[in-house]
Amino acid sequence: MAETLFFNALREAIDEEMAKDPTVLVMGEDVGHYGGSYKVTKDLHKKYGDLRLLDTPIAENSFTGMAVGAAMTGLRPIIEGMNMGFLLLAFNQIANNAGMLRYTSGGNFKIPMVIRGPGGVGSRLGAEHSQRLEAYFQAVPGLKIVACSTPRNAKGLLKSAIRDNNPVLFFEHVLLYNLKETLPEGEYYLPLDKAEIVRKGKDVTILTYSRMRYHVLQALKTLEKDEVDPEVIDLISLKPLDFETIGESIRKTHRVIVVEECMRTGGIGAELTASINDRFFDELDAPVLRMSSQDIPTPYNGTLESLTIVQPQQIAEAVRHMVAAKV
Amino acid sequence: MVQERAFPTFQTAPAQVTRAEGLMLYQDMVLGRFFEDKCAEMYYRGKMFGFVHLYNGQEAVSTGVIRAMRPGEDYVCSTYRDHVHALSCGVPAREVMAELFGKATGCSKGRGGSMHLFSEPHRLLGGFAFIGEGIPVATGAAFQSKYRREVMGDENADQVTAAFFGDGTTNNGQFFECLNMAALWKLPILFVVENNKWAIGMAHDRATSQPEIYKKASVFGMPGYEVDGMDVLAVRGIAQEAVARARAGEGPTLIECLTYRFRGHSLADPDELRSKAEKEAWLARDPIKKFSAYLTEQNLADQPELKAIEKTIQSVVEDAVQFAIDSPEPDPSELYKYIFAED
Repeated sequence: MAETLFFNALREAIDEEMAKDPTVLVMGEDVGHYGGSYKVTKDLHKKYGDLRLLDTPIAENSFTGMAVGAAMTGLRPIIEGMNMGFLLLAFNQIANNAGMLRYTSGGNFKIPMVIRGPGGVGSRLGAEHSQRLEAYFQAVPGLKIVACSTPRNAKGLLKSAIRDNNPVLFFEHVLLYNLKETLPEGEYYLPLDKAEIVRKGKDVTILTYSRMRYHVLQALKTLEKDEVDPEVIDLISLKPLDFETIGESIRKTHRVIVVEECMRTGGIGAELTASINDRFFDELDAPVLRMSSQDIPTPYNGTLESLTIVQPQQIAEAVRHMVAAKV
Repeated sequence: MVQERAFPTFQTAPAQVTRAEGLMLYQDMVLGRFFEDKCAEMYYRGKMFGFVHLYNGQEAVSTGVIRAMRPGEDYVCSTYRDHVHALSCGVPAREVMAELFGKATGCSKGRGGSMHLFSEPHRLLGGFAFIGEGIPVATGAAFQSKYRREVMGDENADQVTAAFFGDGTTNNGQFFECLNMAALWKLPILFVVENNKWAIGMAHDRATSQPEIYKKASVFGMPGYEVDGMDVLAVRGIAQEAVARARAGEGPTLIECLTYRFRGHSLADPDELRSKAEKEAWLARDPIKKFSAYLTEQNLADQPELKAIEKTIQSVVEDAVQFAIDSPEPDPSELYKYIFAED
């Protein structure tokens, strides 16, 4: 069976849900005629028309607020952040209204909307286009945060996000859109709150998400000769975190390495580490090791940029070190 | 003497009302006034908390616009000064008062408070506490009406949305961004500016390069009107026109209502900057007194009838307070309820 590119898997998810439910629509910059900056909505406007693929003016806070209003009144909008970093301009609407309004309204309204787009550090895009907003948004109550990482999970998760009755912040990664994979036949949905076990193992639990999943897997290739047997978990759900899967793994390995692309301070790893200490301290044989991006604006220069994010060889060394220290 | 801009000769035609309509409008304005007076009393008695922004003086705007719409069908989007908009929408005074008391029976179940009143059955979209953030939400509701009609083929989707906000908000990006989109897509929405001249302590004229807000509509190709916000029939007249245009698919309207708040910005505001002369000039234009005089002059009602309405409303407000006092506190075990749709 033919392989499907990552961005086409996302497109299939949107197409299938739009075909099924006339209340589903896409709003954002260049989502219509242009087909999306990464072609996730290519040609959908020809099938569904300009109102369902609504090309908006460049007004992030306002079109995001419009989506909140549309969701409150019964539609199921999907917002595309042309680059997720741009949604810093929509922070208020995402935090105050998408995230909190259901609660402050005492349950009067629900906000079924998806906010999706490319996040992460790309290839020499400069600081503003290389953000990891998941860290900034994780403190907002009422939001679900998902990071997809393969064509297969991208499609199944996005379909579930569109069907979900809550606001879902859905992170794709700018460097993963051209991955290919054979997708399952027929329609499928994946749960938004379940982590994915990428590799079963017993020596150490590696918690990662999005593109760092591939840095971890690359590192493991160099470790195979050392007979190290780590368990790799792709978190998928950054909020809420799937502590069932995480806990099960920790009870087996008693060691944790977090590999993340967001910055160290206030990152997903910071929350993970604190929560693991809260919940599984007695299971740990070593402190949780956090491998995060540097706390700096992502530099343009290629060498500096690669020094900013965690590299496979660093992961390999860390795993070796942690397993070697095992008593 | 230079004519103060707030008292220009208005070009808009006032609405004609029947006796029944006149009494309905009067009752709604009196409810707004008495309710807010009671709020001040309850706040000072320690029964309500936080920031409480009262609407006294601006009643003709809420009543004039919202009562020209279809209650429970059209959408209303308000600000932090939202009690009276909620009442005009038909949210029971009991539910609004209970919310201000933080009770479980409040329209936002005690989770929202004064600045976050919501009622899905009354199509009140909020209660938005930050400046300007309700305008995009209202624009989205208006987009939804158009979407249902044009994409989903729903002939009955002719609902109109009214977005209320103040003069200070018209210097905020969301105002301009949404005027642009609403005009671009001909959305069924009324942008209602309640220009009460003051954004807390910032005088309107000190904050904007073009104080005549209604003129800002023209650059978007949108009709903009200046209306006497102390005259309920003037507001109603222009609102009816704008609602009809919106319902007919002819797009948005910007309505600038020149009005005044008779109290400080909030009950925590010492209100030191507004001059005595300014306050007195506006108090003399009290919209309720003005409309009361109109009703009797036109022989639509007599004073005893109006007094009877006031008496009835006073008892509605007293009842609301009693209801709020008697209502239970939210159940602490439900602290997490309403975070997600399934809760």
